Amino acid sequence: MPEQPQIERAQSDRAMIEIRNVTRSYGSFKALDDASLTIREGEFFSLLGPSGCGKTTLLRMIAGFDNPTSGSIAVGGQPMEGIPANRRPTNMVFQCYAIFPHLNVEQNVAYGLKRLKLQGGEEKRRVEEALAQVSLTGLGKRLATELSGGQRQRVALARALVMRPKVLLLDEPLSALDKKLREQMQVELRRLQQAVGITFVLVTHDQYEALAMSDRIAVMFGGKIAQVASPKEIYQRPVNRQVADFLGGMNFVKAEIVEENGTSLVVDTLGFGRVKTDKPKAFVRNGGAATLGIRPERLRVLWDNATAKFEVAGKVVERHYFGEITHLIVEIPGLEKPLSVTETNDFGADDIPVGTPIRLAYDPEALVAMGD
Amino acid sequence: MTAAAEGSPPLRMTRARRNALLQSEPVQGFALISPTFLYALILLVLPILVVIAHSFWTQHYLTIDRTFTLENYRVALTEPIYRDLLWRSLYISLTVSLFTVILAYPIAYYISFHGGRHKSLWLFLITIPFWTSYLLRVMSWKVILGYNGVLNSGLMGLGIIDEPSTALLYNSSAVIITLTHAWAAFAILPIFVSLEKVDRTLVEAATDLGDGPLRSFLRVTLPLSAPGVISAALIVMIPTVGDYVTPKLVGGKDGVMIANAIQAQFGKAANWPLGAALSVTTMLIVTLMAGATVLIIRALQRLAR
Repeated sequence: MPEQPQIERAQSDRAMIEIRNVTRSYGSFKALDDASLTIREGEFFSLLGPSGCGKTTLLRMIAGFDNPTSGSIAVGGQPMEGIPANRRPTNMVFQCYAIFPHLNVEQNVAYGLKRLKLQGGEEKRRVEEALAQVSLTGLGKRLATELSGGQRQRVALARALVMRPKVLLLDEPLSALDKKLREQMQVELRRLQQAVGITFVLVTHDQYEALAMSDRIAVMFGGKIAQVASPKEIYQRPVNRQVADFLGGMNFVKAEIVEENGTSLVVDTLGFGRVKTDKPKAFVRNGGAATLGIRPERLRVLWDNATAKFEVAGKVVERHYFGEITHLIVEIPGLEKPLSVTETNDFGADDIPVGTPIRLAYDPEALVAMGD
Repeated sequence: MTAAAEGSPPLRMTRARRNALLQSEPVQGFALISPTFLYALILLVLPILVVIAHSFWTQHYLTIDRTFTLENYRVALTEPIYRDLLWRSLYISLTVSLFTVILAYPIAYYISFHGGRHKSLWLFLITIPFWTSYLLRVMSWKVILGYNGVLNSGLMGLGIIDEPSTALLYNSSAVIITLTHAWAAFAILPIFVSLEKVDRTLVEAATDLGDGPLRSFLRVTLPLSAPGVISAALIVMIPTVGDYVTPKLVGGKDGVMIANAIQAQFGKAANWPLGAALSVTTMLIVTLMAGATVLIIRALQRLAR
């Protein structure tokens, strides 16, 4: 996972896109079911979810290629109903880039400007500027067919940015690139967004991409928005098992509620004993049972005689080697499912024999309660 | 490889080389096309060579004088009648291909962009006229355009004209109308194929960049379907220059084309060398015209950017 660039731009709290109770039905199938969402001005916002969750449908409705069955969408305070895609203050970077094959790079980038009939070299200047923004200076005369995947991606970006839209929509723009280039482009996209200050809305099914680039993320499942929060919040405090599962590994532990008040929960578990934890905002009590979750990397192996304030004891049943880390599956007496533990290989976690008794340290803060 | 070749006797080496030759791609390719290639050579190239040879000879009643002469070409190019017929043939074929492409494009566009699940049904329906003979289709235009024809009766019934018009049949326009109808399907198919290949996301991208439906059509769909338009124009233009049946049936004396004159030279007039010279001239002019058409459409395509 690439490091998030440390360029932070002050964001306003003004709403750029307001989505109110939007539903899109195809017959009896609801691609989007009563979704409401506010995207702020200057924000890098991601719609994250598995394929078929309705994220692309939502993006296409913002762009104007599709219309809501019910509900409303406003961009920059202006209702979008009845406004065709070509008159909206949005531009899109398509998944397959959609570079015009009969035009060269310059003509592709200038495509939308031609209609504006700009005076005195303004068009040429803006094209040059856009090409420089995506580091394609000097490739203006190349044909679309002579470009690599990464370059096509940049042309698509420049072509949209040159229009100076209020909102830039990106439909899985990195999915066709190989891993290395994808990670490089993640950093570049984030940097570009901070530089131009335009609101970016990214659709992706790659959780690392969303975590690395976004200011905020909306996680979607089956046409519904499950959670909207910052990457850190989403990763550390997922509202339910589905969100937790989608954003990397999570150990689920059954718990019994002992005490509940406005902000916190006290629960009893078999493996971790009595735990006090923050109550999630959308927590719905389901009888006396609850689910706790802890990320595999929040469990640390205790070597030799080291002790920790909070620890659980068990036995290694499986070991998987991943280069810089090792994945251990540890059986804990009393827990119905073994715990996954991710440990760095600095201290020899890759050499722990299967069957070894082991003690794990954890921070009770890392145990989070969530809905099912 | 080298070690094996050194150790084996020369005979095996040549055999290996022969096998390699037989298995090489060009040889296999030629082997594959050889039946059709021979067929084309015997039935296409040889007759054309015979025609070209005849065009340099002279007819003396029943015998042919085989001394080289350019007299036939002088007649073909300078006699007003042949010049007029040639011009008329070119004019008719150009007009026909223009109209055919203009009429075929919207149909192909509709099927490709709005045909939905019924695309193949639409294409099937377009081929229905070809279930009957070409002669019947030409004759039916005679019924429509004739003195007591459908069009005249209709116009009279509506009170637009008082007596049947004779301007509808037996002239160049009748030939143009009939040919345009007859060749429609041949133009629709290549245009349809090229429209099918236009990535729909490109049209969306054009819309996203601010183009309305007409602009995005002119700037993206039309230029990208140009190959289909070129082939449609050529498919219609090349054969219609030399069309013989249609002018004979609906053209009257004002609709006679060059092919009718060529037929006369090989038939009644019995001047094969002149007929051959006319054929070769027509062939060359059609080639030039086809080349010019390709260049013009390409230029228009560049202009549209």
